Amino acid sequence: MKVKTKRNISGFIFALPWIIGFVCFSAYPIVTSMYYSFTEFNMFQAPNFVGIANYKQLFQEAKFWKSLYNTLYMTVLGTPLNLAFGLFMANLLNKKLKGMSVYRTIFYMPTIVPAVASTLLWIWILNPTQGLLNNALKSLGLPAPNWLGDPQMTKPALLLMGLWGTGGIMLIFLAALQDVPKSLYEAAEIDGANSVRRFFSITLPSISPVIFFQLIMSVISNFQYFTQAYLMTNANSTGGFNAASGGPENSLLFYALYLYQNAFAFFKMGKASAMAWILFIIVAIVTYALFKTQRKWVTYGE
Amino acid sequence: MVSSIGNSSVTVGNVHNRKKQMKMFRRFLAHAVVILFCGIFIVPFIWMLLTSFKTQQEIYANPPTIFPREFYWRNYVDVFTKIPYMRYVGNTLIISISAVIGQVLTSTMVAYSMSKIEWFGKKYFFPLIIGTMMIPYQVTMIPLYMIYKNLGFIGTYWPLILPNFFGSAYYIFLLRQFFMTIPTSLVESATIDGASDARIYLQIMMPLCKPAITTVAIFTFMGNWSDFMGPLLYLNKAEMYTISIGLQAFVQTHYIEWGLLLAASAIFTVPIIILFFMAQRYFIEGITITGIKG
Repeated sequence: MKVKTKRNISGFIFALPWIIGFVCFSAYPIVTSMYYSFTEFNMFQAPNFVGIANYKQLFQEAKFWKSLYNTLYMTVLGTPLNLAFGLFMANLLNKKLKGMSVYRTIFYMPTIVPAVASTLLWIWILNPTQGLLNNALKSLGLPAPNWLGDPQMTKPALLLMGLWGTGGIMLIFLAALQDVPKSLYEAAEIDGANSVRRFFSITLPSISPVIFFQLIMSVISNFQYFTQAYLMTNANSTGGFNAASGGPENSLLFYALYLYQNAFAFFKMGKASAMAWILFIIVAIVTYALFKTQRKWVTYGE
Repeated sequence: MVSSIGNSSVTVGNVHNRKKQMKMFRRFLAHAVVILFCGIFIVPFIWMLLTSFKTQQEIYANPPTIFPREFYWRNYVDVFTKIPYMRYVGNTLIISISAVIGQVLTSTMVAYSMSKIEWFGKKYFFPLIIGTMMIPYQVTMIPLYMIYKNLGFIGTYWPLILPNFFGSAYYIFLLRQFFMTIPTSLVESATIDGASDARIYLQIMMPLCKPAITTVAIFTFMGNWSDFMGPLLYLNKAEMYTISIGLQAFVQTHYIEWGLLLAASAIFTVPIIILFFMAQRYFIEGITITGIKG
């Protein structure tokens, strides 16, 4: 047998698990999901083709737009907030100080706490009367909002909780900062550039590919924000199997949560599939748009 | 500066001194900010532990206490009697360990194919693998549920374990990045010596890539240990619950017993933190290899 054929065969065999997985767990479900989105389907009877009725219905539904708004709120505010805070902390933790590895560990620790445990903990921290946060705010003479009860405050509360979990972002930025050549900073210092200047003209451009990567990942995951919202609203409503409430005035009804409700609480699989496809298209457009901006601000070295 | 030469050298000395002072001050400031933020980050953990040692009465006391009046161990005992905690741990371990076996077996194979074998599919499949990372979970969720339903797998561990035996894009990517750092000459010379791909994979790549494989094993374990969405969708019998879902079900009925809930959360979190301290190096390596060289 020719060497080339032999290589092709073994390459294919080694890739086979993924190829089978791709067909069964990605390709086929994606196509089926598209089909379901044009049907009325309750999981127990065969899907019934209804054309674009699901999409039409969704676009006329206030709850759909509310869930989209809530999700965009988290994406548009949460992503830059987390990236900026992660970068800020990475900068601080990049300094040569005593005990730095301990500090880094402390910042990373919250990200490994299981979501159920950390969300439970935060519900308690955010408790309006007994919670740690409000007691700290009160002792400083600041107003103590009803974080999880006031629809205006629920999403800021989740943003705050999100900051506690930025250790992963911080760690990647930290590694990126350590990859920036020292000689660049030395040259800039000789030229008299101050630290702010050095940050904006050396650090930021050097790590822009990493910022870009994190931006994409963060946007994609924010669009799928689910677990924390599910747990938070389900713990508060304490009822209804499989149907998290969506929080006060649906202020925590995120897109993925509403989709889940439609599928597994209301058994509207067709409608949920239509929602999934709308999400898919939004994510694809946003990702594409971000890739388009790449040329303007991301510099790839070497 | 209008002054004599002697004077100016003094000024230079002063400037130098002041610069040094400034530098020290800034170091001090940076240190203070780091410590402040670390304090803020660690306080929730401490708050979790402190609350878990309080009685129900003390938890709702007005004004609230910070430190428990006396350490109330009862919560930790109650967790084990009110929740079948050890059973949940056992269930979670079954899923997590099977998932680790699956990922280590298959993600390494695919990564090997995507890095060290020159074949026609490489340039088509690798971008596709990366591309699948961008598909929202929700798009495949319902059809997958239907597939498992038709196979009679709802209420079993199969939907949670099986997908791990077909590689996962993220781990394939991570391993591939690592495999790329192994010199190709090593593989080539082994090929010339007549070694098959199976041998190269098993006897060269696997041993050389132990750190990356360990990273994948740990990430897989942690991901499955903490997973919420999967068990939420597929497990419906209480005796098969994982810790995440078991704890969630427990919240439903004990939602005001915060001492108990936080004791349970603490017990859930501690093994993960211990694992983290034991394997810190692998975490950091794994995260940075995908984040940077992406």
